[in-house]
Amino acid sequence: MPELNAQESQLVEWLSDMNEDDALALAKRMLLEEGVPPLRVLELCRNAMDIVGKRFEEGEYFLPELVLAGEMLETIGAIAKPLIKHAPGEEPKKLGKVLIGTVHGDLHDIGKNIVSFMLDINGFDVKDIGIDVPVQRFIDEINVYQPDVVGLSGFLTLAFDSMKETIAAFEKEGIRSRFKVMIGGGQIDETVRAYTGADAFGVNAVEAVNLCRAWVGVAA
Amino acid sequence: MKIPIQSVEAKLAYDARWQRVMDTVALRRPDRMAVGLYPMFWLARYAGTTYRDLMYDYERTKQIAEEVVLALDPDIYSPTVMNAALGPALQAIGFKQVQWPGHGVGDNSPYQYLDREYMKAEEYDEFLFDPTGFYLKKYLPRVATAFEGLEEMPTLPGLHYFRLVGGINRFARPAVRKAWQNITTAAEEAERWIAHHVEFTKRMTALGYPLAYGSTSISPYDFIADYFRGATGMMKDLYRHKDKLLQVMDKCVQILLTQTVATAKASGNPIIFIPVHWAADAFMSPKQFETFWWPPFRKLMLGLIDADLIPMPMWEADCTKRLETIRDIPAGKCIYWFERTDMVRAFEVLGDVVALRGNLSPSLMTTGTPAQVDEAVKHLVENVFNKGGSLILDTAFGIPDEAPVDNVRAMYAAARRYGG
Repeated sequence: MPELNAQESQLVEWLSDMNEDDALALAKRMLLEEGVPPLRVLELCRNAMDIVGKRFEEGEYFLPELVLAGEMLETIGAIAKPLIKHAPGEEPKKLGKVLIGTVHGDLHDIGKNIVSFMLDINGFDVKDIGIDVPVQRFIDEINVYQPDVVGLSGFLTLAFDSMKETIAAFEKEGIRSRFKVMIGGGQIDETVRAYTGADAFGVNAVEAVNLCRAWVGVAA
Repeated sequence: MKIPIQSVEAKLAYDARWQRVMDTVALRRPDRMAVGLYPMFWLARYAGTTYRDLMYDYERTKQIAEEVVLALDPDIYSPTVMNAALGPALQAIGFKQVQWPGHGVGDNSPYQYLDREYMKAEEYDEFLFDPTGFYLKKYLPRVATAFEGLEEMPTLPGLHYFRLVGGINRFARPAVRKAWQNITTAAEEAERWIAHHVEFTKRMTALGYPLAYGSTSISPYDFIADYFRGATGMMKDLYRHKDKLLQVMDKCVQILLTQTVATAKASGNPIIFIPVHWAADAFMSPKQFETFWWPPFRKLMLGLIDADLIPMPMWEADCTKRLETIRDIPAGKCIYWFERTDMVRAFEVLGDVVALRGNLSPSLMTTGTPAQVDEAVKHLVENVFNKGGSLILDTAFGIPDEAPVDNVRAMYAAARRYGG
């Protein structure tokens, strides 16, 4: 990214410092009044999110900041995206494809949504297929979407068996080797990872991003 | 279900069990390590029935719960019938905030809470100004169908003299009349549900087993986050509505205290079970925890202690980084039940302040072997109880519904083997 001018640095700072009112007002002014290219503004958002992610990893930021940052970016994205006029072949390249869903029997989605958002903002193409997802639905979606990573989410202890069953079905279908499987959620630990046969587990959204980056060969 | 006369042996056993727990709370050395029991739908696994059957069959649930208590022989047991046989009462009130076995989820799926925004951020002022009015006309119809129609009730404060006489005319509206009828029906079912719980508790008392707690409460932060604003709404409020949130939580301390003390006194049991959802290390920063979460909760706990009650927060997830902060409470008055917090570390930091409860991990209880469970119990006994720790041995947040029966038996056998 080229050097930031004073206004651009200001936007990145306000976004990463959770100064929502000022950040949104400035982003709107840049996009709607000053004609700053929307892709440039979205790039600044990603810059800010890198800082947010780093502060999360360093233990300065926690879930409230990820959630608020997500909301700020959604608001800016909703203004910026309709303004983008892509030339052919100009779409930003994605790092890889991640299919994510909460396993069958479990209706929880807060953690999954944060993981989806963090993967998206970090350059992954994410398909979130929702909650209480039956095994067959995962398989059908995988066959169409061809993901690099499949994320299985679950908060309840019943999810241990649902995850195990889902991953076993991937084996049975003969598709298991085509992608990596990561699992996450309230009760997930190494014991559960071994039990389910997943490749890895993560305890938060940044860990999920780091796992995916490592699997698609991008330095963290 | 018959309630036998308590025999002399049963009375002695009851007193010994209760004394064991009270000694543990007071940080005195008990005669042996106390063991708790908190199953939910694991009863179904034990008896080979479905969760749905437990939910809708009071008699069968009481029978299974009794078999489980007698088989595992704990020092205290949770209000098992009340927790598992809730189907008719939920149905009658038309409860919208959870799905339960056979209702929105499968016959063998547990309760699943529906995290939604049940109060908008713009409604904080309304709640603050008149909580009862807000409950009647906004909150209750949103959370249970029995209350639908109360939106049309008159606004009561301000009615006076002839204005009062005429102002009640809205109670004649069909929607309001219907709501009161539905509420009465729901209340009758609630009476039945509570009567079954009381009957079961009396029977277990007669057999020598004390109930673990007589009422529940909640931290002001979790109260607003879980049941009003929704998890993500609340997180955004930490930035967007900071002052309002602090004001509301301060008001809720008194509201929750009044409610909890009244229920606890009626139950005759001093222990207050407080599931803690949002205190975990991973959820908010230490500064946010010390600003938003801990002060109102500490105030609530101090109020309970002042009323001669024993708060028993169950600190869900990993709260290891909160230990130094939550130490700030009078010694010998609380039970801290930990889920994923390292119990040995908790003992080091809190051992001279609170009794500890827990914490065999759900993954171990569900996917491990009896030998591994035995080993985990031994670890806790050797590193906490035998080192002078006031420990009530238990699972991390109750027996996981899916835990194999042999693993659970292994836990109670190991507790007796190693804990005296």
